[in-house]
Amino acid sequence: MKKRDEVIEALEALGAKILQDIEKGENPSLEVPIRSLSNVRYNPETRMLELGGEKAKRYFFNVAHVRKFVQTVEAAALSKELREVEKHLSLREAFYRMKRTLPGSNINLVDEQEESNLAIEDLELITNLSREKLHFNANKMGSVAGEVVIEDKGDVVDWSKLGSGGWSIPSNVENLVFKKVKAKFVLYMEKAAEWERLHEDRVWERLNCVIMCSQGQATRGVRRLLQRLHLEHGLPVYVLTDFDPWGFYIYSVLKFGSIGLAHISEQLAIPGAKFLGLTADDIEKYDLKKHFIKFEEADMRRLEQIARYEWFKDNKEWQRQFKLMKQMKAKVELAALSSKGITFISEHYLPEKILGHEFLD
Amino acid sequence: MIAKGAELAEKIREISVAEFFEKNRHLLGYENPTRSLLTVVKEAVENSADAAEEAGILPEIKVEIQQLEEDRFRVMVEDNGPGVPSSKVPAAFAKFLVGSKFHRLRQSRGIQGIGIHGAVLYSQLTTGKPTRVVSSLGAGDPVHEFDLMIDVTKNEPIVLSHKTLPNPEGWHGVKVELEVEGRYVDKIIQSVPEYLRQTAIVNPFANLYFKGPDGTSFSYKRRVEELPRQPKEIKPHPHGVELGLLRRMLSNTSARTLSGFLTTEFCRVGRTSALEICSLASLSPEQPPQKLNGEEILRLHKALQSVKLMGPPTDCLSPLGEQMLLEGLKREFKAEKYVSVTRPPTVYRGNPFQIECGIAYGGELREPVQILRFANRVPLLYHQGDCALTQAIREVDWRRYGIPQDGLPKAPMVILLHFVSVWVPFTTEGKQALASYPEIIKEAKLALQDACRELSQYISRKQKLREKQVRMGLFERYIPELAESLSKLTEKPKEEIMSRLERRLNEEKG
Repeated sequence: MKKRDEVIEALEALGAKILQDIEKGENPSLEVPIRSLSNVRYNPETRMLELGGEKAKRYFFNVAHVRKFVQTVEAAALSKELREVEKHLSLREAFYRMKRTLPGSNINLVDEQEESNLAIEDLELITNLSREKLHFNANKMGSVAGEVVIEDKGDVVDWSKLGSGGWSIPSNVENLVFKKVKAKFVLYMEKAAEWERLHEDRVWERLNCVIMCSQGQATRGVRRLLQRLHLEHGLPVYVLTDFDPWGFYIYSVLKFGSIGLAHISEQLAIPGAKFLGLTADDIEKYDLKKHFIKFEEADMRRLEQIARYEWFKDNKEWQRQFKLMKQMKAKVELAALSSKGITFISEHYLPEKILGHEFLD
Repeated sequence: MIAKGAELAEKIREISVAEFFEKNRHLLGYENPTRSLLTVVKEAVENSADAAEEAGILPEIKVEIQQLEEDRFRVMVEDNGPGVPSSKVPAAFAKFLVGSKFHRLRQSRGIQGIGIHGAVLYSQLTTGKPTRVVSSLGAGDPVHEFDLMIDVTKNEPIVLSHKTLPNPEGWHGVKVELEVEGRYVDKIIQSVPEYLRQTAIVNPFANLYFKGPDGTSFSYKRRVEELPRQPKEIKPHPHGVELGLLRRMLSNTSARTLSGFLTTEFCRVGRTSALEICSLASLSPEQPPQKLNGEEILRLHKALQSVKLMGPPTDCLSPLGEQMLLEGLKREFKAEKYVSVTRPPTVYRGNPFQIECGIAYGGELREPVQILRFANRVPLLYHQGDCALTQAIREVDWRRYGIPQDGLPKAPMVILLHFVSVWVPFTTEGKQALASYPEIIKEAKLALQDACRELSQYISRKQKLREKQVRMGLFERYIPELAESLSKLTEKPKEEIMSRLERRLNEEKG
């Protein structure tokens, strides 16, 4: 059992600070870095979203703060307990663990999981430790296959020998060790359906790569695993999404980080990632206009927002794509490629784009 | 309104009293059995209260209603007033004294000149029974017991019997007993118990006793041992005089010249003003006022309206005053805050008037808001929505004073508005709603706003205190939780952390 480590130290320091306030007869307070758009900025040097230096002071004796204050301290106490017994709780379990009724009232310490989730995120910000390190796990959702061998909790796993389901990516990949990495790049896709298509076609074997997916917005475990493969083994990461503002945003988050998790961009973002998904040019080239899905109003708004992001603002190639999409007023799914042939994506689309270096950066 | 009253009087003289009554009973408060019973009680009680007060006696009024048959009741109202001299009893109760009060501008409860006579006639028309009137002037005067009816064709009293009884205790006052058709209800606004309850609020100097036909009985003991100031009688002001009244005044005056008429029958008219009025009307000041023709009366009326004059005197009014209003509200409502405002007198159309307002708030009161309207100490129970006083309540911006509003304010409170005047501008002869004169609405709003200012201070203080209590309660709840978590983080005993936090909480409370 680790007695003195950075996690325990950070949590005890938080407790000691509050105790000190109490002993001095002061209003106990916590300083939490502000996690909103106003305190997040894009750093062109690192090509990542980073948290600014603004902090909010949260007091116990303040009607507007007291609830969050106690929730955060409780999350810290829970994290310390988990660390000591070396167990992890899912966010859902942590919610139930924190949920209780205050004596003599009908107030619950947390009423919804959203509250415990936020308390844990605040704890991340205060301690500068990711929630995985604090022993809280998010939902796992993601699959991987390819010529990579890893060791996880003493088990050796070969990602190329796991049948049609592939390896299921855990929420916490911190302690995973790469034993052998034969693959040359990683293909990441937004949809599990695409992944199954490529897996069935054994694309990872044919192109000597790793194929990985989450579902919708990539989970932290998936992002961290991608990043580790990219940083520790120099594998390029290619992102495969629909021609769709929301698909573009998935790429944006993987590459630059997100506003909500700007405080751990360093542990999640992959500034080197490249876009391999459908482009306006692909639509011309593969004659996909007949598969247009017309824009809703929300799609147009989202597209305009994304086009204004600082990290896309001066990118000519991306601005060209945005402009073309705006003219088309439509989106196209990757799945539409199946109209050209069952394995068209595996045998033509991907090899041609990768060989032709048709990436967007 | 004066014109209306005067016209009414003319009509009564022209047609038989019974016929008039039958045709107009809906206007006079006898439109249905429930209201009729209430009107009979009301007329008798108001007669009694006016009589006692005019004599400077603190009123003590007993009301009893007995049920005789399903739709037949005996109403008995007794007062401790000065009594009526026996020779005047028949006329006072069984002859329409047409116009007796029309000419008299004095703040009093009854004004229309129908009053108790209407009740007597209603009894006679519905049951055929005489009205019993018992009266004595006190020590030295026996008790006179009359059974009276009205000769409806001649408008003369019929004395069926007159007995004199010994008066060993020197009792003085009047007791009337009427048998009437009606229906008895309670628990609604337009009921006898509610009428008496509201009467008690604005007559805190009176003792009231009630015994209902269903066995209920209650009494209100006086909270104030002093009568409000006696109202003074004033003469009409030229700006307020209506054409009908002017006609009557002209034909009844004993003045020999028009200018003499103007200076003696009106207030604020001296020799100069009288001459100015005559010249405005192109009439000779010397001509006899009784001889004016219709055209000339119209010109005179117009001149009276337009001549520049001082407003009427306002010291003729007798409001309850802020203290008495508070006592009245406290006697009836268990609230947590009472405010009252008596506005200074002012004038509408030549008539002096004054508005009083009282508000009882919170405590045992519940929503919705209760509105109590009064005119010269008489509750107005019908036509709340059509009344100028209600309109004023709606026009006040209650939200400015921290009270939610949806037309009417929404709060656990009672709003009392009292209109005091020598002449009450009722919208109907039933005397239940005030006409919407802008001056009246304006004054009522000012009174409400004054009261609201005081009330809102109280509400916001209370609100702050409650918020503070909620705040402190919140911290109290969270202290054990914080102590528990901190104890886990720091391995300090939970109790020690708790006691320190509680000490700090007490400082916050301080």
